[in-house]
Amino acid sequence: MKAMTQVSGQAISLPDADIDTDIIYPARFLLITEKKGLGRYAFADRRDDPGFPFRVQEDRPILVAGPNFGCGSSREQAPWAIGDLGVRVIIATSFGDIFANNCFRNGILPIQLAPADVQAVRASAEAGKIITVDLVSRTITAAGAPIAFSVPDDQRETLLNGWNDTTRILALHGEDVTAFEAAQQRAAPWLWTTRI
Amino acid sequence: MVRTLYEKLWDAHVVTQAGDKALLYIDRHLLHEVSTPQSFEALREDGLTVRRPETQLAVADHSVPTHDRDGAIADPQAAAQIALLERNCAQFGIEYLALAGEDQGIVHVIGPEQGFTLPGITLVCGDSHTSTHGAFGALAFGVGASECGTAMATQTLWQARAKTLRVTFTGALQPGVSAKDMALTFIGTVGASGATGYAVEYAGDAVEALSMEGRMTLCNMTIEAGARTGLVAPDAKTFAYLKGRPRAPQGDAWEQAVAAWRALPTDPDARFDREIVIDAAAITPQVTFGTSPDQVVPIGATLPSDDKLAKPMRYMGVHTGEAIEGLAIDHAFIGSCTNGRIEDLRAAAAVIRGGHVASGVRALVVPGSMRVKAQAEVEGLDEVFEKAGFEWREPGCSLCVAMNDDRLPAGARCASTSNRNFEGRQGVGARTHLMSPAMVAAAAIAGRIVDVRKVLA
Repeated sequence: MKAMTQVSGQAISLPDADIDTDIIYPARFLLITEKKGLGRYAFADRRDDPGFPFRVQEDRPILVAGPNFGCGSSREQAPWAIGDLGVRVIIATSFGDIFANNCFRNGILPIQLAPADVQAVRASAEAGKIITVDLVSRTITAAGAPIAFSVPDDQRETLLNGWNDTTRILALHGEDVTAFEAAQQRAAPWLWTTRI
Repeated sequence: MVRTLYEKLWDAHVVTQAGDKALLYIDRHLLHEVSTPQSFEALREDGLTVRRPETQLAVADHSVPTHDRDGAIADPQAAAQIALLERNCAQFGIEYLALAGEDQGIVHVIGPEQGFTLPGITLVCGDSHTSTHGAFGALAFGVGASECGTAMATQTLWQARAKTLRVTFTGALQPGVSAKDMALTFIGTVGASGATGYAVEYAGDAVEALSMEGRMTLCNMTIEAGARTGLVAPDAKTFAYLKGRPRAPQGDAWEQAVAAWRALPTDPDARFDREIVIDAAAITPQVTFGTSPDQVVPIGATLPSDDKLAKPMRYMGVHTGEAIEGLAIDHAFIGSCTNGRIEDLRAAAAVIRGGHVASGVRALVVPGSMRVKAQAEVEGLDEVFEKAGFEWREPGCSLCVAMNDDRLPAGARCASTSNRNFEGRQGVGARTHLMSPAMVAAAAIAGRIVDVRKVLA
């Protein structure tokens, strides 16, 4: 995974509430079994709307979204497609839980802020200003004073280092898992003896 | 120390702790063709194997055709995707339930009917409706494709513990009202993100009275309120449903398991972070009118006025002040992981009563699994549906996700038992009204949205 420390650039504003992952990545494109190059399908059914802020060729790494962004389906194609368009940071008042988790695992930082703070960042986005998101100091700098944000420690560290979750668990916790399994075989043997 | 069901499930699966996260042991993983190609690819890239292949079970459901399944799959992309799942499973030693076999079906239907889903376990799947399995008192939640890969390679996932929310349904449901109406009432009450960050436990007389099928419907829709996990405490009904299922424990192991499962329900004095009480007796049939499952009204209502609803209502072609009852439909869909089980088909068939699908309406019945289909055929439900003009299909996700050729044209209006009324969910520009199986059957016959209680009266 690509490491992240600081992201700076213009932002896209997409204020609609409840943008679900079906809108982000329509289901008919889920027949594709690749994970790269999916940006061309992002928001496929909204692109014809002249007011829709996303374009295929983007050079804006920050997205200021509306409430409950990424709700619905767990499809990881949603962050893959958005990431393919160059987005590295998404700012909103709330996110679909699975989507936010999928973002973290793909080098995209979802930042949850209070409505007034989102509004302030959105104003800068709509004015075309450069916005800087710093994961080290956990601040967003746009117009005015820097806005502090919080992010879970483990996910922040993973993003800062670009770690692979799977190989890291195997390297650091292999023995813990083996010990857990031995204990579960004693406590719940039916989970181990049954034909599954 | 007193604990909730969720806390007991959580505590029993913590491998190790770091800050506010726990490395959670994953007992079971269900795989389907759409969310796993990239998971397997990641395993290959990292040179990894599946730690316990015997805890994984795969089936194709999302992109499968629901008609003409004897020959090759017509859509080359779908055929390739399904073949890839089969190859990946063979390579990594995972059991795959063949498309032509008698056990194929939607992941969230086959897990329980195989006895793969059990109380007290953790279960994941690359699908947000994995919350369904919580109906058995399992900690089950949807994950993305990369987490599927991590779960396969390590049998664990890093997770944050959720806050707890108990939703108590008091009293008894009225005739013509079902678990789907309970789910839509809850979602309408808290909103589409109202339960984000919570693990929801459903309790109360009306939940205890539900069949396992009804409890699955309720837990299935939990994600539509933002929560990844929905739970119902296991009880005698849970055990009766599972006993003798192909993959459930047998003999002494069964007795031992049931004894342990009896200790799972929430302790009487346990505290929840949040409580909601809903009067089940006051629930009437629910119908969605917008493009989010929380945009829902009771059948007797007129549509609300709210600036925030202007866009979804424009998409849906409905208007403030208009009654939802009487709205003409041209499609009806009975099926999905929400409402594709035998009880759902029985409830829909019971409404038909010699009637026929209205002229100009196309109606599909898609059983949730081959076993559901076989049971329905034993009961003669297929004949009831076909005689009434419904199409009787093969199992799959079908019009709930519209990845196969079951897709609606732009502007079509569908009464649907599925779980999402999102824009384009059933086809680009198509309009979806979510409701119960009985309500969909009644709408198909009438050609418009009607109150099923009047039909049954």
